[in-house]
Amino acid sequence: MKITLGAVSRPLESLKIKTGDWGTEYPVIIEENCKGCGDCVVYCPDLCIELVEVGKDEKGKVRKVAKVNYDYCKGCGTCSVVCKHEAIKMEIKELYRG
Amino acid sequence: MKLFGSGHGACPGCGLPIAVKSVLEGTGPCFVANATGCLEIISSQYGKSAWGVPYIHSVFENSAAVAAGIEAALKALGRKDEGPVVVFAGDGATADIGIGCLSGMFDRGHDILYVCLDNEAYQNTGNQQSGLTPPGSNTTTTPSGKVLPGKIKPKKDMVSIALAHKAVYVATASVAYPRDITRKAKRALEFEGPKYLQIHSVCVTGWGVDGKQAIPVAKLAVETALYPLVEYENGQLVRVKKIKDRKPVEEYLKLQRRFRHLFKHPKGKEVIAELQKIADENAKKYGLDA
Repeated sequence: MKITLGAVSRPLESLKIKTGDWGTEYPVIIEENCKGCGDCVVYCPDLCIELVEVGKDEKGKVRKVAKVNYDYCKGCGTCSVVCKHEAIKMEIKELYRG
Repeated sequence: MKLFGSGHGACPGCGLPIAVKSVLEGTGPCFVANATGCLEIISSQYGKSAWGVPYIHSVFENSAAVAAGIEAALKALGRKDEGPVVVFAGDGATADIGIGCLSGMFDRGHDILYVCLDNEAYQNTGNQQSGLTPPGSNTTTTPSGKVLPGKIKPKKDMVSIALAHKAVYVATASVAYPRDITRKAKRALEFEGPKYLQIHSVCVTGWGVDGKQAIPVAKLAVETALYPLVEYENGQLVRVKKIKDRKPVEEYLKLQRRFRHLFKHPKGKEVIAELQKIADENAKKYGLDA
């Protein structure tokens, strides 16, 4: 008996679905307030925030800030609520502004 | 490679992806069996899989049995070092439809981490009550009306059911504390045998909360002691999340559409008092008050 692959999906094929156009709002990172704590990264339901290096602080330590991948962000606003440093604010997309 | 990826179809603000990625962060590469439910719908449409780990979905009730088969096969083939076996199932698949298979998995002592994603109703089909729906909740099968104030019966105590099966590790967690979920998943894998982790997860559409309010609402469930975070190892209660200044349950209820009738219904006060009693009993039983 020959067994053929049935309804088998390849890993992470969902990445081709850009969910970034779902929401009416989008998060804006205020870099000077961001402490790089990573809270938004662990809470983001769409796994679209990561910490990126933006040079070094005055003590020579690597400074990281949050960066949003707008291809997938659905604009739920969870990151702006969990941020303790007021470094993320939600803005309405151009398309939906009155 | 990521173990769970972007592009899945969850509603904005949904708690499930937070729970799943936090568990996978703790377990690392693993074999996932998934029951029918929201998670299956949002992450495993054909050609749109959001999983970076081996994943299987069969039917609604048998995720525990499928996982048991995978675990037994890995054991027989001497491939147990390739990763743990993890089940993700919703509250309906766990407490109602799949409880027979889950009981069998516990009984046979398979080395599996069973994760129940508890969003307190069948949210995939539009908010029908399950065994884990809390009393007073307005669902399409327990609608609040002139006579009844939503669901009558209490939430099924799955933690006690798992403990009665002598599961080696039993814990509850909440999407309000993702790092705690990761720690519990990691801790669970240090035990050999059946493990049960129940994660309270907000459903923005079913509960009627704004996407932004999802995490604050989940936090309030813990802070009012309606959802105690507890951890049992080998049947012994080892850790609980203590609560400072426990809040009244109204603060949790008033933020959600599924409970709003309680503030107008003639029997609403009774139900709120009953929920407060449940919270007080939880606080006393687990010693939650700091």
